[in-house]
Amino acid sequence: MFATCADPKAIEGLTWLSCYLTSGKHIDFYWSFVVVLILLAVTAPVALAFGFGGATAARSQFLPARWFGKVYIAMVRGIPDIIFFLFFVIALDQAIEWSKHQIVCPDWTEPVRQGLEFKVCPEAKVPSSSSAAIWHQAYGFFLAVVTFAIVFGAFVANVLYGAMQAVPRAQLETGEAYGMSHAQVFRRILIPQMWVYALPGLSNLWMILIKATPLLFLLGVKDIVYYARELGGTKTQAFEYPHGDWRLYYFLGLLVFYLVMTRLSEIVLNRLSARLSQGQATAAGEAMRRAGA
Amino acid sequence: MKRLLLATTLALTAGAAMAQDTVRLGTEGAYPPFNFINDAGEVAGFEREVGDELCKRAGLTCEWVTNEWDSIIPNLQSGNYDVIIAGMSITDEREEVIDFSQNYYPPAASAYAGASADADIKAGVVSAQVSTIQAAYVAESGATLLEFATPEETIAAVRNGEAVAVFADKDYLRPFVDESGGELVFVGEDVSIGDGVGLGFRSSDTELRAKFDEGITAMKADGSLNALIEKYFGAEGLKF
Repeated sequence: MFATCADPKAIEGLTWLSCYLTSGKHIDFYWSFVVVLILLAVTAPVALAFGFGGATAARSQFLPARWFGKVYIAMVRGIPDIIFFLFFVIALDQAIEWSKHQIVCPDWTEPVRQGLEFKVCPEAKVPSSSSAAIWHQAYGFFLAVVTFAIVFGAFVANVLYGAMQAVPRAQLETGEAYGMSHAQVFRRILIPQMWVYALPGLSNLWMILIKATPLLFLLGVKDIVYYARELGGTKTQAFEYPHGDWRLYYFLGLLVFYLVMTRLSEIVLNRLSARLSQGQATAAGEAMRRAGA
Repeated sequence: MKRLLLATTLALTAGAAMAQDTVRLGTEGAYPPFNFINDAGEVAGFEREVGDELCKRAGLTCEWVTNEWDSIIPNLQSGNYDVIIAGMSITDEREEVIDFSQNYYPPAASAYAGASADADIKAGVVSAQVSTIQAAYVAESGATLLEFATPEETIAAVRNGEAVAVFADKDYLRPFVDESGGELVFVGEDVSIGDGVGLGFRSSDTELRAKFDEGITAMKADGSLNALIEKYFGAEGLKF
């Protein structure tokens, strides 16, 4: 990166360290933090949407929707994450390619499944094998977001389902007494009031989501844990910056990162909880009202 | 409308032609000097140069992909890349699921490296990387096999005393032993297992395999392969 870094084996001390820490692989490492943060930022709302859909379906009046919601919650919650991550992603990837294969290569005669092989026509590859590496990474990232969202969505659905049931019946009845329809009560009273009940459960899930991001590597996305392991490993003279086993230091760095992330989340969630409790018919809301009066 | 259709068809065929010419090479990126990620974050090593040279000779555009060793065969079969070039020894078990090219590295010696020359490699705990010929060998040798997902961890296990020795390709271990300052030493005799290192292909990709086979034959004939072996494995590397 700097001119002084042209011959890394001739420099030492702080210069060596500054060159080492700005090597191409380290820059990739720093980017992987951004990737993890983007993943969190994208996955959380998507999972919330999945969960909201699941919860709404699970308490729907319409029987098939109710079944769908309950089966979704029960199935995903019952399967270990790691199995889901190993199996589902491959299935999803192959489903996408198979569907595309049916559309773009209707004349293809060879079977798609040949023993253990999964072979679609070259045009049906997603992303196309000639596309730049960045698209392959983006596709892997997309699969990761969908998988995380489905897994966490099921847990969110259960939390929201419980929160919806926890809103005092009297509140809903008051709405009905005003002549609101079922949908109006749901929208105007149930939804605004359920969040305070959902928040403890949701905050748990958020923390677990932060800590689950190392599963990304299972999906072929190079995350911070991959790079920490790769960079920290013993480097022989074949490398420009040879060093011993430094994995401990890299993992300590990750420890700090995760602790900072969870601590910041706690502060934000506590504020959010206080904000949501305002004016609610809960113990916390009542305590606030008295303190204010 | 007709012109539009024609343009689309042309674009599609052009896309198809390009798609066929790009070959994705899958490697582990953690097995120096065969393959590793260099400090610039790119795949490097012996196999990087062999792969690039073979692609050049066959007129193919190649792209490098890294994948964990453990799932390197399943991901070839599901089409995430087209060739495995990861220091993979040719064995009968693997031949059953994928097809190999001829070897581009001769059957090389595997060796034990331990903390002391008298380490008990016959009955002690020996580390090896999962799903390697070395792991299979240790399992049958009477020693207790301790498997790890990456080669790095197999050596770390010896350093921290979890295992008395590590069993791996001697070419991989040599730099670690040489640079350890006496902390690691080779133990016992070298063992020759496997039929050399070859490229892995899906069984259905016979055409692609033939192209690479041709390239390897040519590289063996003109001595360029030996030159690369010399460059990466030094005088001790086995030549053709």
